[in-house]
Amino acid sequence: MSIHTISVLVENNSGTLSRISGLFSSRGYNITSLTVAETDDPTVSRMTIVVGGEESILEQIVKQLNRLIDVIKVIDFEGEPVVEREMVLVRIDSNHNNRHEMIGLGTIFGARIAAVSPSSVTFEMMGTKSGINDFIMMIKPYGIKEIVRSGTIAIAQTRK
Amino acid sequence: MKLTGAQVLIDALKKEDVSVVFGYPGGVVIPIFDVLYDTEEIKFVLTRHEQAAAHAADGYARATGKVGVCLATSGPGATNIMTGIATAFLDSIPMVAITGQVSTALLGSDAFQEADVVGISRPITKHNFLVKSIDELPVIIKKAFHIASTGRPGPVLVDIPVDVSRAVTESYSYPETISIRSYKPNTTGHIRQIQKAAEAIANAKKPVIFAGGGIIHSGAYEELLELAQSTNIPVTTSLMGLGCFPGNHPLFIGMPGMHGAKAANFAIQECDLIISIGVRFDDRVTGYVAKFAPEATIIHMDIDPAAISKIIKVDIPVVGDAKKILTELNKLVKPRDADAWNEKVIKWKGKKLFTYTDSKEVIKPQAVIEAVYRETNGKAIIATEVGQHQMWTAQYYLFDRPRTLLTSGGLGTMGYGMPAAMGAAVADPGIPVIDIAGDGSIQMNIQELATLSINNIPVKVVILNNSYLGMVRQWQELFHNRRYSSTCLKGGFLCQNCVGTKNCRKQYVPDFIALAASYNIAAFRAEKPEQVEKVLREGLAVNGPAVMEFIVAPEENVFPMVPAGKPLDEILEG
Repeated sequence: MSIHTISVLVENNSGTLSRISGLFSSRGYNITSLTVAETDDPTVSRMTIVVGGEESILEQIVKQLNRLIDVIKVIDFEGEPVVEREMVLVRIDSNHNNRHEMIGLGTIFGARIAAVSPSSVTFEMMGTKSGINDFIMMIKPYGIKEIVRSGTIAIAQTRK
Repeated sequence: MKLTGAQVLIDALKKEDVSVVFGYPGGVVIPIFDVLYDTEEIKFVLTRHEQAAAHAADGYARATGKVGVCLATSGPGATNIMTGIATAFLDSIPMVAITGQVSTALLGSDAFQEADVVGISRPITKHNFLVKSIDELPVIIKKAFHIASTGRPGPVLVDIPVDVSRAVTESYSYPETISIRSYKPNTTGHIRQIQKAAEAIANAKKPVIFAGGGIIHSGAYEELLELAQSTNIPVTTSLMGLGCFPGNHPLFIGMPGMHGAKAANFAIQECDLIISIGVRFDDRVTGYVAKFAPEATIIHMDIDPAAISKIIKVDIPVVGDAKKILTELNKLVKPRDADAWNEKVIKWKGKKLFTYTDSKEVIKPQAVIEAVYRETNGKAIIATEVGQHQMWTAQYYLFDRPRTLLTSGGLGTMGYGMPAAMGAAVADPGIPVIDIAGDGSIQMNIQELATLSINNIPVKVVILNNSYLGMVRQWQELFHNRRYSSTCLKGGFLCQNCVGTKNCRKQYVPDFIALAASYNIAAFRAEKPEQVEKVLREGLAVNGPAVMEFIVAPEENVFPMVPAGKPLDEILEG
């Protein structure tokens, strides 16, 4: 099993998302993360899909993505130097006793304070998947109330 | 000029040169049918079930090469055409299916006769559209026909809410051309790849050509014939490819696969080069994939890049249109004389590609197919249902010309044949159109006898009645110790030797002759071998539809057979 990050430029139409997700679900594959947003051209959206599966089947899925009428371009970042980022928002139980300690911890990881209330602190952090995992591991003992992750977005380091 | 959405749709169909539509009315398509009422340029064929309308559009497309069109209402009408759409999808048949939908305001509200048709059809169409306003309609219809008929062809569904059909526009114009930025099929093969293919052919000692449905879609028969004849390379074709190379040509070695010819299977297993064109290496062709053509370099020419290396690892891919690629390839290949490899293949082929033991007591189904071939001089369009009779047809009717076999190869849809034959016959091909059916399959769309009768569509239905769901029964005989679970359709005297059937009835129902008579269709039955020819002559002579029933050997099996999951050279013979 290998994990691929696949970037797909698509026509910004209704139904496109399910055409794409259908290629994975019909093989019993679960998409690990998926982010979608418009590009600089509002008629075109970019999807970044992170999915694990057998190499040969993922290759086949990439070919079949290309075959979809609404798909403009597919890039499989496998084996390429790539910048990957993910964002997390996490709200943690907090009071005046531990607030400073938590903020210090956040600083180490480059997490910013997005909101503070008498009983909680909400951090925002951008980073790699593993960086975010590390921060969450450290902050977890304080009591995570809610966590929201964006899923990975990725861009090639150089243009092929 | 003011036009309604329904009028726009029908005008668009006319602009796309559609001359026949198969379908069935219903609530939300009444506005469309109201326009059809006055449209003389388009012949509308009312089937008795929407599934048959889809198969008829498919049969029309296969026989003519044009895009087939079917029309159904929302909800159950639309779900009924899904089997027909999936059938066309797996065999890459160009089709546009138009469905009515509940009004846009009601979408998603579980309205009467509402189903999420674009959702249901998504994985079985090449593309589909939900039309949200009348302004989009002309461009969507243009795109639908373009997508269905170009690249690797396939079915496209257009779902039209009733308020769009009723809406009025004053600014209708039909686009002359269309360009879709995300859809530009590559039709020209890369010249370097074609050169590599030519080199591989020049270096091969034991080459085989494996041609499929892509040759038919592309119209590359002459180019294929030229390649084979100039190089003396034996040709095998897939089920979908039958007719793309003359079935009586000395270089033809039959179709390969589960019920393929020994010559084709042995040649594939021993060859050092496979020149595959417009095929997709279906599991019924390859047998055990890891042992498929173990010695061979594989050239694969296909218009669909996703077909390359999907099942079999390809050494020399050439993506493009078969006709264009073969035209270039033929300029590069060097003539090759028949040699020891040809002799070996001819020896495998023997006098006939397929053989069976005939009988004087009981009608052998293979004998009926051979008789159909003789009586039509090989000049007929043959549709089949799915099962044993389908394989016997593929084996014993030598298809000499393309677009003469209409069969559900990929999906294996029972009930396909009669409506598909109907679609072909409506196109008036000038040769007889015959549906070869089993007694099980024919009952899956038997209601279409009404469509044949009322419209006097001259389809000849040949029913090989063995009173079994024969192909499943064959597997039960060979692999399940003759436990005929739910495969006997009759019982009674034919079952004397049957060990596994429970709850036998004594008589076959329906009586196909009486049934045909009730539809006002001429019908004939042969129960003895000496009656076969007479019944065929009588049936084929009828001016209009006819049913010919042949009571055949009940437990005849399709051989040769490569059991599922076995390599192609592990062949069971009768």
